[in-house]
Amino acid sequence: MPANRAHGALLPSFHSPVENAMTSLRTGPDANGLFGSFGGQYVAETLMPLIHDLAAEYEKAKLDPEFEKELAYFQRDFVGRPSPLYFAERLTEMCGGAKIYFKREELNHTGAHKINNCIGQVLLAKRMGKKRIIAETGAGMHGVATATVAARFGMECVIYMGSTDIHRQNANVLRMKLMGATVIPVVAGTGTLKDAMNEALRDWVTNVDNTFYMIGTVAGPHPYPAMVRDFQAVIGKETRDQMLAQEGRLPDSLIACIGGGSNAIGLFHPFLDDKQIKIIGVEAAGHGIETGKHAASLNGGVPGVLHGNRTFLLQSDDGQIIDAHSISAGLDYPGIGPEHAWLHEVGRVEYTSVTDTEALEAFHICCRQEGIIPALETAHALAEVFKRAPNLPKDHLMVINLSGRGDKDMQTIVHHMEQQEQHA
Amino acid sequence: MSRLQTRFAELKEQNRAALVTFVTGGDPNYDASLAILKGLPAAGADVIELGMPFTDPMADGPAIQLANIRALDNGQDLAKTLQMVRAFREGEQVTPLVLMGYFNPIHKYGVERFIAEAVASGVDGLIVVDLPPEHNVDLCDPAQAAGLDFIRLTTPTTDDKRLPKVLNGSSGFVYYVSVAGVTGAGAATLDHVEQAVTRLRRHTDLPLCIGFGIRTPEHAATIARLAEGVVVGSALIDQIANATSDAQAIDGVLSLCSALAEGVRGARA
Repeated sequence: MPANRAHGALLPSFHSPVENAMTSLRTGPDANGLFGSFGGQYVAETLMPLIHDLAAEYEKAKLDPEFEKELAYFQRDFVGRPSPLYFAERLTEMCGGAKIYFKREELNHTGAHKINNCIGQVLLAKRMGKKRIIAETGAGMHGVATATVAARFGMECVIYMGSTDIHRQNANVLRMKLMGATVIPVVAGTGTLKDAMNEALRDWVTNVDNTFYMIGTVAGPHPYPAMVRDFQAVIGKETRDQMLAQEGRLPDSLIACIGGGSNAIGLFHPFLDDKQIKIIGVEAAGHGIETGKHAASLNGGVPGVLHGNRTFLLQSDDGQIIDAHSISAGLDYPGIGPEHAWLHEVGRVEYTSVTDTEALEAFHICCRQEGIIPALETAHALAEVFKRAPNLPKDHLMVINLSGRGDKDMQTIVHHMEQQEQHA
Repeated sequence: MSRLQTRFAELKEQNRAALVTFVTGGDPNYDASLAILKGLPAAGADVIELGMPFTDPMADGPAIQLANIRALDNGQDLAKTLQMVRAFREGEQVTPLVLMGYFNPIHKYGVERFIAEAVASGVDGLIVVDLPPEHNVDLCDPAQAAGLDFIRLTTPTTDDKRLPKVLNGSSGFVYYVSVAGVTGAGAATLDHVEQAVTRLRRHTDLPLCIGFGIRTPEHAATIARLAEGVVVGSALIDQIANATSDAQAIDGVLSLCSALAEGVRGARA
């Protein structure tokens, strides 16, 4: 795997602004929606005209100062941005190395970074005159954020959620319903995020006239990976400004967990051209990559085509999709956003993985040390921080995207603690 | 002339439409599926579409989703589907056979290897649901260069502006998906189909085959008066789903096929 190959040839040094513009890693995708050989628009013909319409409308909106103004208003007064960049003093002390900062996305309205994207997409849906919003959800955070903006803008909302996920993230199901969404259980496959996405695509293909499909991560056909990234990039932009204000310089490393990869790309993207910054994405290794029960598409998968894009996938020798496994419903997906696949291929971002057990341990440490209950997804990134921070110098500035809060995971945590007591 | 061209030319001579049947390769299992495949020409199928199973058939409704699962659970894979075509071709040289499915299994098999083996096995054309013309280089271009027809899906959302892009590079026939939706769902109104056929004829001379939601001989006959072909899939697959034995599955599919063929053949009489 080329993940760790020398950056020399691929990331030339940026001596002049002109050269910088020519060699920037932040210009993708190309006109065909490709990041290198990843991405694209692999969908049924019925959806192609809709996807082209959406791309055109998004391009227009991006250039419209009114859209920008409206987005900024809702980000500030509805979502609660900017989210703080918080010095995690106790964890820093505990690790005894790098200075650890939390980008507090869990403080956003609805408790995760997901709302950043939903606010952007609902404003687009409004521009396009759509009255009905559909979405897939895994952990339910994207479902809740979608239901939230649908309620705010008075739109009908239908959420597809795997039956396994409905069981393990019950609190989020109730939240969606409270805000008027219809939650449709998907029993196909393993009843997780992949199956919910299939079903949402089937709904979209059936209700082409009035429906806006709000994809929750940086995957799917172009323009979704680029559009969702742009809406999430507010995370990295704020981090940049906040770190400059608080420490007078840019961070040395960035760490985020990755399912589809929206919180990670949101933090990473504004820093991709700052080649001195170490960027680390953390996949879910489930029971361990060697067991085959994991959700690490980059570390344990190969390129393929699913859900509208070419990317790394967990699949069999026959090209059949293999179900992912992770204790965290939000990372339980057999693919990954195409821009991550490309960043992996060119070696700009290092992608590692963390097991269920390591994530749970990190979860408890964060609760006790910082008084913050992180989402199980986020706990994967924390586990990676605990592996690295102790070995780094005290002046190393490390930012972790605290992408979501863990209230939704109580049931899973309690279940796990009971199991441990039984084994003890 | 290709087998598809020959078949549609013959049928034009006879002033009748083609019955195009879809079944999933390996459903309910390899042997029963091969028996169905071998029986289809005699039961009146003029063109055969054989599904390549995939775990995530995003454009298919419940009937074909379950067919995919049955086939995969019983060990079907792309190599076996190609093997099935070779076995079919041992006794059958005239009925065109088109493979239909999703891109990932082909991508994993290797595009070059897949095309070479498909040609050698006696496959006539390909329908790949998630490869719009925007991705012609992925498979359409090399497949056509190797002599395979690439059959395009057009839909109610494919407007006049987009149609030329979709039809350019289409060969064999044009598959009109008559409803925006998944396979096996509701049927289009006759008015809608008439208008769509008129619109498509302005853009192409290729034979038009209409599919989605056609389940009965009567319905098939109605469509057969308007277009060069009628595609039936989910209704045939339901015969497999409802069967309690392989023999019943085979008999169910072939009996319905015969009835549909009778409808199609009598349509313009």
